[in-house]
Amino acid sequence: MQDTKTKQYVTIKGTRDGLTLFIDDRCSFEDVCRELIDKLAVNRPEKEEQEVPVTIKLGNRYLYDDQKEELEKIISDESQFTVQRLESNVILRSDALEMLEDTDIKIENRIVRSGQVLEVKGDLLLIGDVNPGGKVISTGNIYIMGSLHGIAHAGAKGDKNAIIVASYMNPSQLRIADYISRAPDYESDGVYMECGLVDVEKDKIIIDRLQVLAHKRKSLRAFERRIING
Amino acid sequence: MGEAIVITSGKGGVGKTTTTANIGTALALLDKKVCLIDTDIGLRNLDVIMGLENRIIYDIVDVINGRCKLKQALIKDKRFDYLSLLPAAQTSDKSAVTTEGMKEIIKELKTEYDYIIIDCPAGIEQGFQNAVAGADRAIVVTTPEKSSVRDADRIIGLLEKKDIDPPTLVINRIRKHMMKNGDMLDIDEIVQVLSIDLIGIVLDDDEVIKASNHGEPVAFQPNTKASIAYRNIARRILGESVPLQSLEDESGMFKKVKKFFGIRS
Repeated sequence: MQDTKTKQYVTIKGTRDGLTLFIDDRCSFEDVCRELIDKLAVNRPEKEEQEVPVTIKLGNRYLYDDQKEELEKIISDESQFTVQRLESNVILRSDALEMLEDTDIKIENRIVRSGQVLEVKGDLLLIGDVNPGGKVISTGNIYIMGSLHGIAHAGAKGDKNAIIVASYMNPSQLRIADYISRAPDYESDGVYMECGLVDVEKDKIIIDRLQVLAHKRKSLRAFERRIING
Repeated sequence: MGEAIVITSGKGGVGKTTTTANIGTALALLDKKVCLIDTDIGLRNLDVIMGLENRIIYDIVDVINGRCKLKQALIKDKRFDYLSLLPAAQTSDKSAVTTEGMKEIIKELKTEYDYIIIDCPAGIEQGFQNAVAGADRAIVVTTPEKSSVRDADRIIGLLEKKDIDPPTLVINRIRKHMMKNGDMLDIDEIVQVLSIDLIGIVLDDDEVIKASNHGEPVAFQPNTKASIAYRNIARRILGESVPLQSLEDESGMFKKVKKFFGIRS
């Protein structure tokens, strides 16, 4: 007991962007909560003061969702504090594997025919065609070495930076994140070696030569993209 | 041991039954023992096209339900000894036919016949599953129309999941002048989209309808375009390599005269 008195579980530091809470990662979660409640009771800012953003650094501690909620409740309740970020050095193994899967390139060699749906996590490299009525979906980029006649949906989980590349591009629809564009109503010939991407200024999907990717999407690696864009 | 070939298309009205009748006839003409099976329960046509409608006593549902022996239900063709037809039921309950029942029938027929040609109903429901169940290979029939090619694509996708050889393609009802003008899908275009081997093309020919109405498959006729096409398909099934029929015909003087008068062939 002597030790716990001298060593603090929660250290609070003020920074330019608000407060940072360093939480010891060796004690029990209950201890943290208890101490946090005590500390906040002392340091609680007045109601009139403006909101203070709080960053919590957990070190090597993993918090479950209900624990996160509890922590946020303790901090945000009846105070001007708002939890802005929870930072932890550790993630679950299953999350890590999922992340890895999300950033992998999946290679498929087949023809996606009418009525078929090919759905992958991460990037998709399809060696084959997507026929009219067929559909390919990925959470990352889609590269098609073949003809795209059907529907391609890249960044299905909301990644607007995802792109769709095809050797022959004549899609019925292109979808990136929640953007949708469709082929014109008149019969049109497709284009060779082009890509579809979201143009931020126009706020829609455009189709352009592959060469523009070199400066419009600096990094196509899904992992780097995630780091850069959070 | 024979080989079972299913003729399918997905879309209705593209000529599955006609193709079945004619390929069967053409194979019989090449001295093969052939049995045709109609699996379109409730909407049987194959017997009409073969001109065997009046001879039906038992049908496939009777065989599956054990009301008769398989041999009793088979109808021998008028023209060939070794061409038989197992007709579909017209009134009985559709659900009587199962994939197991079909497999068993085909297995039994294979011991007796060289080729078993199965006429598949339109659609992708149970009827399709039954027809495909016992087949060793499939022939997909399409016409040069977008809707028909789409359905063929869908069917090929379903067939690829089955444990049978990659399907081959018959393009039926080709109209030369429309294809030339670009009003119909090109043969190359269709083959490229479906990306399976082409086993034959059949020109749209009035003779086909005429022959079907007489209950005498067009393949019997010695030299109409369609009958040659079907007989070529049969030869390709046997493994011969036969060049595709050319869309350009009538060379020489006759064509020039026609062209001079502006007559379109």
